[in-house]
Amino acid sequence: MKLVKNAAGREVPESLPGIGKLEPFQGAYVRTPLVRREKGSRTLPRLNKIVETLEQAVLKSGLQDGMTVSFHHHFREGDFVVNMVMDIIANLGIKNLTLASSSLTTCHAPLVEHIRKGVIKRIYTSGLRGELADEISHGLMDTPVLIHSHGGRARAVETGQLPIDVAFLGVPSCDLYGNANGFSGKSACGSLGYAIVDARNAKKVILITDNLVEYPNTPFSIDQDRVDSIVIVDAIGDPKGIATGATRMTRDPRELLIAEMAAQVIVASGYFEDGFSLQTGSGGAALAVTRFLREKMLERNIKASFALGGITSQIVKMHEEGLIKRILDVQSFDLEAVRSIGENRYHTEIDASYYANPLNKGCVVNKLNVVVLSAMEIDTEFNVNVITGSDGIIRGASGGHSDTAIGSGLSVIVAPLVRGRTPTVIDRVTTIVTPGETVDVLVTDHGVAVNPRRPEVLERLKAARLPVYPIEELKKKAEKVTGTPEPLQFGKKVVALVEYRDGTIIDVIREIHP
Amino acid sequence: MRILHTGSAGTLESSDVLITVERNPEKGLVIELESISEARFGNRIREVIFETLKKLQVQDVKVRVQDRSALDCTIRARLTAAIFRAAGIEKYPWEELE
Amino acid sequence: MLYVPGNSAAMVKDAHIYRPDTVMFDLEDSVSYREKDAARFLVYQTLRTIDYEGVETAVRINGLDTPYGKDDIEAMVRARPNIIRIPKTEKAQDVTDVETEIERVERKIGLPSGTIKLFAAIETPLGVLNAREIACSSNRLLGIALGAEDLVTSLRTTRSKDGIELYYARSQVLYAARVAGINAIDTVYSNVQDEEGFLAEVKLIKQLGFDGKSVIQPNQIKLVHRVYTPTEEDVHKALRVLEAIREAEVKGSGVIALDGRMIDKPVVERARWTIELAKASGVIPEEVKV
Repeated sequence: MKLVKNAAGREVPESLPGIGKLEPFQGAYVRTPLVRREKGSRTLPRLNKIVETLEQAVLKSGLQDGMTVSFHHHFREGDFVVNMVMDIIANLGIKNLTLASSSLTTCHAPLVEHIRKGVIKRIYTSGLRGELADEISHGLMDTPVLIHSHGGRARAVETGQLPIDVAFLGVPSCDLYGNANGFSGKSACGSLGYAIVDARNAKKVILITDNLVEYPNTPFSIDQDRVDSIVIVDAIGDPKGIATGATRMTRDPRELLIAEMAAQVIVASGYFEDGFSLQTGSGGAALAVTRFLREKMLERNIKASFALGGITSQIVKMHEEGLIKRILDVQSFDLEAVRSIGENRYHTEIDASYYANPLNKGCVVNKLNVVVLSAMEIDTEFNVNVITGSDGIIRGASGGHSDTAIGSGLSVIVAPLVRGRTPTVIDRVTTIVTPGETVDVLVTDHGVAVNPRRPEVLERLKAARLPVYPIEELKKKAEKVTGTPEPLQFGKKVVALVEYRDGTIIDVIREIHP
Repeated sequence: MRILHTGSAGTLESSDVLITVERNPEKGLVIELESISEARFGNRIREVIFETLKKLQVQDVKVRVQDRSALDCTIRARLTAAIFRAAGIEKYPWEELE
Repeated sequence: MLYVPGNSAAMVKDAHIYRPDTVMFDLEDSVSYREKDAARFLVYQTLRTIDYEGVETAVRINGLDTPYGKDDIEAMVRARPNIIRIPKTEKAQDVTDVETEIERVERKIGLPSGTIKLFAAIETPLGVLNAREIACSSNRLLGIALGAEDLVTSLRTTRSKDGIELYYARSQVLYAARVAGINAIDTVYSNVQDEEGFLAEVKLIKQLGFDGKSVIQPNQIKLVHRVYTPTEEDVHKALRVLEAIREAEVKGSGVIALDGRMIDKPVVERARWTIELAKASGVIPEEVKV
């Protein structure tokens, strides 16, 4: 055995049979660069990851042409981060990037210029809206955008199919070492569920905050040990666009009519029993269903084991009343939800993979009993379109739609039969996001349709004397009112691919001529 | 029927249509359609306007249509009202209208 | 009876989705003078085109004493709603005059005479005093409705929560309707935010004997139905009464008793009426025999 003297003055072996080569101690600081160097000195600044400017952070990350950058959409229409970062990247002359944001909204219109100038070459997102969506629908990009569900994005990131080079994550509160959460600060957004997946899997993680807090910032959603740099800016978002005070329940009589009918469907379906779990959309008729379900829950003394998804003040209130035992929150929609998740240990933040990744060891949509979703279009096979409008332009998001539809025991779509002059129920949807095999019931203001794949549900709804019709009949009713729409004229160019949650391509969106 | 001056009927509220009718000094029918339903129903809307004008025996007219997703029946109603207003007629020829 | 402003394109085309018993398109007070013609065409076209899926249709026309009434009748008879509602009816002649006009147009277009039914709204003190003659004035008349908004102003008072100021008018309208064998419908409740107040008023008029209520917001419809729908208990009791009658008839006994109480004609009538209402509300299936 050959021994060498190490930097502590001790003799240690260089190798041993059965173990292999060994490294002798070379000094406390030599191999662990991040720790403080001059112990004992009180005048040195504390170690932190703060970088002066966003530009420096970008440079430090080593971002190059062709790499992939990522963002989350927890700030919704109030987001400043995507535009702020992309402007800096553009100024640095970096090009051909892949932009992977968990979703994009109307406030991201400035990306159009970056695309034109070649800064962005590819986009992965759950949704597109506004000018950016218009331009892409009209053929702005050479490479099709990839639309994926929330669960699908988590799958892609975790399996390495979507490798993120640099994640730029806006965080409402952050300490100097990178513990971050969304529970406090002027830009508080509640759950950081989509950001967490990126923070865990990206090669480099840059946190951008407008609220530096004392160390350690517990409880933390993003762990300091994942974070490379932190940049402090004036504002990461517009609070008014991030979260309203409390989500207002619709007062529209039509939406209330549909919501009440949907609640009756759920009650009669066989899935309404003590301990059931529920997810609803965050607005319109889908959210209003909670109001009517709540009445029934009180009447029959039925409590929900958990509510999932995008969480609003209505869900929080029902939990605080004792009607919903736990809340699993991947996105907090209003300040009530933000308050609750910050204070209450039974209102738990979950990340996008836990939420809906179909390939992990078990995501929570698998445990969901009832989900209430909306639809822009639904066809006679129950396929649902939530992404393209009746004019062929992208203006929606895949979101958790296909994840929850398949995971739930009962998936209920609520939608008016006709919107303006556009029929919702048609022969063939413009774009399939959620396949009809996973959609169980459609509730409209003109009646209910049950997927023939669920004959037992159909029987129960009929026994409850609900107005059930074959979906073809609802389609005919719609057409009678609106007249038959002319088919859309699409071009050949594919502007977006719609990826199903398992990574396969379920549909394409082609260029539409203006 | 002779169009004497400009007449309009309807509103810009959702599901309605604002139709303005005026004489066309150059002969013939001109339809100016502004509609969010253009892609799917543009032709049908023009057809309804054309049929209604024919029924009312109106020629040489400019029709400006600001559509907010109105159904055929609404378009017919608003156009009819606009035409009678533009023609200054208050005694409606109901037999012909049916 | 759901009021729908006749010039609202959005509302006229699908008011029936809220399943009121009757949908009433208004050409009168909710339409401004400048839009009377436009509203007329809109209601005409919509009635001729849209399928209201079994919901009864009615139109409130302008009175014959206005420049619009005659044209309204001409257009609306051609539109073929189930009912034409006459506003501010003060005497039997008001009804007869409208009926004559309707008759004329029906003949012109070849509709069997009597196709279009009538409803008369009583909205003035004189109308209230003449309720009986109005209610008996025409075979076409299906019912009379009370319109309180104008009435209370003419009485020089205001509407109150317990409605004492309307007691006489409601009674007159109700009694007149019963004498004529037609329906009595109560006035609208305009405070759409006040659900409790609305419910209280519906309970009151149901107790008085009214057959229904005018509503101005779809959310009010289910509240009216809730009050008017017989409870399970009511239905059960009624079925037992009718069962007892049947048994008695079979046995040939004269006096019928149930639970130690005599069942006489009024009790049977009420039981039958309860079952009718239960069937109409869908609480029991149509096929149940009584």
